[in-house]
Amino acid sequence: MTRHLPALIIVIPLLSALVTSGSGWFNQKAPFRIAVSALLLSLLCAVLMLIQVVTTGIAMEYRMAGWAGPMGIVYVIDHLSAIVLVVITSVSCLNLVAQRKNIHAEFKDKQGAFNALYVLFTAGLIGMTATGDAFNLYVLLEIVSLSGYALIGLGNTRAPLATLNYLFLGTIGATFYLLGVGYLYIATGTLNMAELTTMIPKLMDSGVILFAFIICVTGLFVKMALFPVHGWLPDAYSQATPAAAGLIAPLTTKVTVYILIRICMTVFTPEYTFDHLDISGFIVLVAVVTIVFGSLSALAQKNVKKMLTYIIIAEVGYMVGGFFLGNRLGISGAILHIINDAAMTLALFLAAGIFIWKTGGESRSDLKGLFAKMPFTMAGFVLAALSVVGVPPTCGFFSKWYLISGGVQAGNYLFVAALIFSSLVNAVLFFRLFEIAYFEPFGEDEDHAHGHGNSHGSHHHVGALAIKEAPLDMLVPFLAACMALIVLGLYSGTIITNIIQFAIPTGVI
Amino acid sequence: MESIFSLVLAKANYAAYIILMMIGLYAMIAKNNLIKKIVGMSIFQTAVILFYVSIGCKKGATIPILRHHGHPEPVGHAAENAGAHAMDAAHGAEKVVAHAVDAAHNAVHVADYINPLPHVLMLTAIVVGVATLGVALALAIRVYNTYGTLEEDEINQQLRSG
Amino acid sequence: MPMETVFSVKPFLAVLVSLIAIPGIISSRSQNIRESWTFAAAGIKLVLVLSMLPLVLNKGVVEYTVFQVFPNLGITFRVDAFGMLFALVASSLWIVTSIYSIGYMRSLDEHSQTRYFCFFAVALSATIGVAFSANLLTMYLFYEMLSLATYPLVTHHQDKEARSSGRKYLFYILGGSIGFALPAMLITYHFTGTLDFTGHGVMAGHVTSGTALVLSLMFLFGFAKVGIMPMHSWLPAAMVAPTPVSALLHAVAVVKVGAFSVVRVFTGIVGTGVLADYNISLVVCVIASFTVIVASMIALSQDELKRRLAFSTIGQLSYIVLGVALLSKSGMTGGMLHIAMHAFGKITLFFCAGAIFCATGIKYISKMKGIGRRMPITMTAFLIGSLSVVGLPPCGGFISKWYLVLGTIEAGHIAFLFVLLSSSFLNAAYFFPVFYNAFFCSPEEMLFEDKVNEAPLWCVVPLVITAGISVVLFFYPQPFLNLAKLAVQNVLGG
Repeated sequence: MTRHLPALIIVIPLLSALVTSGSGWFNQKAPFRIAVSALLLSLLCAVLMLIQVVTTGIAMEYRMAGWAGPMGIVYVIDHLSAIVLVVITSVSCLNLVAQRKNIHAEFKDKQGAFNALYVLFTAGLIGMTATGDAFNLYVLLEIVSLSGYALIGLGNTRAPLATLNYLFLGTIGATFYLLGVGYLYIATGTLNMAELTTMIPKLMDSGVILFAFIICVTGLFVKMALFPVHGWLPDAYSQATPAAAGLIAPLTTKVTVYILIRICMTVFTPEYTFDHLDISGFIVLVAVVTIVFGSLSALAQKNVKKMLTYIIIAEVGYMVGGFFLGNRLGISGAILHIINDAAMTLALFLAAGIFIWKTGGESRSDLKGLFAKMPFTMAGFVLAALSVVGVPPTCGFFSKWYLISGGVQAGNYLFVAALIFSSLVNAVLFFRLFEIAYFEPFGEDEDHAHGHGNSHGSHHHVGALAIKEAPLDMLVPFLAACMALIVLGLYSGTIITNIIQFAIPTGVI
Repeated sequence: MESIFSLVLAKANYAAYIILMMIGLYAMIAKNNLIKKIVGMSIFQTAVILFYVSIGCKKGATIPILRHHGHPEPVGHAAENAGAHAMDAAHGAEKVVAHAVDAAHNAVHVADYINPLPHVLMLTAIVVGVATLGVALALAIRVYNTYGTLEEDEINQQLRSG
Repeated sequence: MPMETVFSVKPFLAVLVSLIAIPGIISSRSQNIRESWTFAAAGIKLVLVLSMLPLVLNKGVVEYTVFQVFPNLGITFRVDAFGMLFALVASSLWIVTSIYSIGYMRSLDEHSQTRYFCFFAVALSATIGVAFSANLLTMYLFYEMLSLATYPLVTHHQDKEARSSGRKYLFYILGGSIGFALPAMLITYHFTGTLDFTGHGVMAGHVTSGTALVLSLMFLFGFAKVGIMPMHSWLPAAMVAPTPVSALLHAVAVVKVGAFSVVRVFTGIVGTGVLADYNISLVVCVIASFTVIVASMIALSQDELKRRLAFSTIGQLSYIVLGVALLSKSGMTGGMLHIAMHAFGKITLFFCAGAIFCATGIKYISKMKGIGRRMPITMTAFLIGSLSVVGLPPCGGFISKWYLVLGTIEAGHIAFLFVLLSSSFLNAAYFFPVFYNAFFCSPEEMLFEDKVNEAPLWCVVPLVITAGISVVLFFYPQPFLNLAKLAVQNVLGG
């Protein structure tokens, strides 16, 4: 049974996506239940695999349909992919549970479709993480993208246009990646990542390899919204429904960063990426610009969700910059931040979901007086915000710790300064929200009534006085996500020494 | 000058796909009409498909269906072997030498067959492209229903004023 | 000299006990039950701290690791003499302040009292956490926790003024800690590979003189709670808080946490050797002296009593930094002792300011003419408090200032002796007019009618207690003095 886990983790959600979409015709509640149980099973698989990989210390390899590599498609679960799989499945599962009410309200008779897309998206992410085949990665990348377009397109009236722009850029990114894989194939004659690793060292001076690297990495940069190709992200994510945003925002960019790390470390090998090519410094510089730009843009936003999306862009800069520092500390920080940032973003978007559910609006001023009305939600929100700012003992502090240490070790004080700057801006961003929620009394606002033009179709605006704490089935998963921030923070040393340390090739110091 | 010319001629497939790709990219960036952008996107994707298909081709080679030269084998086994050979052929010239050692006695001449793997990959890529096109068109319909137009500047104008 | 190290959960419990009380505080049905939770927590905390005192006085150390975050760095507590000194001050004053809070908050009928007591408890946990932390990471954790827990206290009134003050408060405190202290900590970790507080610092031999200077200054300004100019202006702004908050947090817990952190980092991380060898101590002394003099002069010009006290605090905090940066035995003893002595004196003064506000609603010194006749107990306590802060016998402040003066002579920096003396003179100049106005005025100048009376008993008792302790400390400074001497011994050896 354990042997088949790498297949089960993707097959279960893939098949249940089919079942889910049909089951909506028969029973209103069935799609949700099927989706949750499929994701739970995937989560179980992911956890079991993580345990196995950590205890044995050997990567699991699974040949799809029994075809051996390099011809068949191989799924490889090593330390890095195992931990990312756990992140994907748990975030997806938690978000779905937390957003049940939102989904019910948004997609009354289309729940089958929504849940199917949701599960399909997750399956795609799982596949992207687990696959050991460069072309298979492209296919799964497109599965994720297509279901992502659909999920985002289901948002408010502005969503289709934003999604279309996302689709254009996403297609450019994916096609670039595909082109890069083509050149890799020309040079090496294989698509299997493990085999590519062994062949690259002999071909380091090849121009084809260089071109493949640049094209692949550029495509991924588009997909992860690195400055200056970030334009699609804020619009698309902020127009999505809370349920979709809570899935897509925490995971898509993070998994793409994971793919970047995978491509650079496993396929092109660290020697090639960091030592042979002289581009690390430039990419760190781009990351620094991304961080500064993301932070400053977030400062200019009035809409809470949009502000959060710009924070995501800044965080992408953290991870890309940390990775391209090229030392063990920086890469550890980047990988740790994939985990931590997924958790933080999930918590923030869940909070945003609760605010929208309760107040019906998503602008800053809709938070007025919420500290008094819903103390537990706000406590969680504060915790998530502190994690983004980087206050111990939340997890955001510890990944920042590694990233800054990496920057100091590499002597790249510009990157360190950018991280500190972004932390300070994040503090300003969130305390500005807290001020509104804390100082301004509830209900005192005239433009509220007609400020709803761009918010969602269905409202639960039950009147000012009736607002109180969020319903339990939203609150409990949300607070669980918030507690995870602290747990992840305290155990970050353990995660580094037991998992991430093995994910980085020994050549990197 | 002549050398560049001959280079382009020798690698006409690369030149073609790059030109196509640029046309697509130009349409996606510069065109005002959403449908034209979508068309541009399709061209862009197709260019890469063309690139892949062209790299599998060899002069004078034929489609990789093996005719057996070697000693007779049980039918089932032979079929399996054939599959393996076909796959191996996909491996680019230099790789095949290493990988097909065990099949060497069957004496398949790699140069006789085109490399099928890129073509197979492109089947998937075409499917992906069609799906993307479908989603894009569906979104365009929704945009049209909302704004009553597909011209981007008009939509932006509506967004600004509304 | 061998130090006895005892591994015990007590320091962690001492930190935790006020957090444990929070659910009790929130769920209490009546005010009295709620306050008894606070008292229970405060009492247990003091007992826990006291129970470790004998061991620490015998040169022992109590250690406890809560969580090993990194292989050589965790959330670890270690109780030594210096930490014990500070914890003792903070935990004993929490009880007194709780009594005072009840009197103040209830007599003014303040809103959201539950929230107030909750965050007060969190702040105390954080303070003890800082006092007992064994490494810079733990200290930073609790330092930030304190910054955030005090925000709702500072902005308790939730009005426009509170909002802008809160903003200023966070700007300096969080800006300092994230902008300076955090990178300084990480750079230190990079160079030295450890963040543990040791007797002689960890920087020696790992950093160049320039780096050491930059890092020291980053710590000095990064821990903005110590209020070294120009990172001081949050403190007067934070005076919008209810008076018990100002009293405990801005005369004792928050600002002293700043001073404590700076001293701890200078002795435990930078190391006295590095401070002396690279002449960093001199730079710090000059910066601190500047703050001492300028703050005292600004205090002179303030009419609002709490603001005057705030600027006085800024000056007094720099005494601590100055004393320690002198690096002479007496100077360091005086600096550390000043944490305790100033705390009791200053808290008395704040209690008095609050009591006056409770009884009359007056905040400005110029409107307090003749108030001593109506509130004699309060104003006598005010006199004792100001004597202590100025540094005159028979008050505790005299002892610490005596050591500070000795320290300047020992260190051979006579210039700083003049700083201390002139600042004492300035202190006297801004305190005694308050007192003079209160008692000595002609009947025509008298601004108060007969019906004005002392503040409620809950307010008066605490200020009598702290004033009393201030006097007692002059005669029996031993517990604090011994701790300070021990702490200096740990740092300087011998």
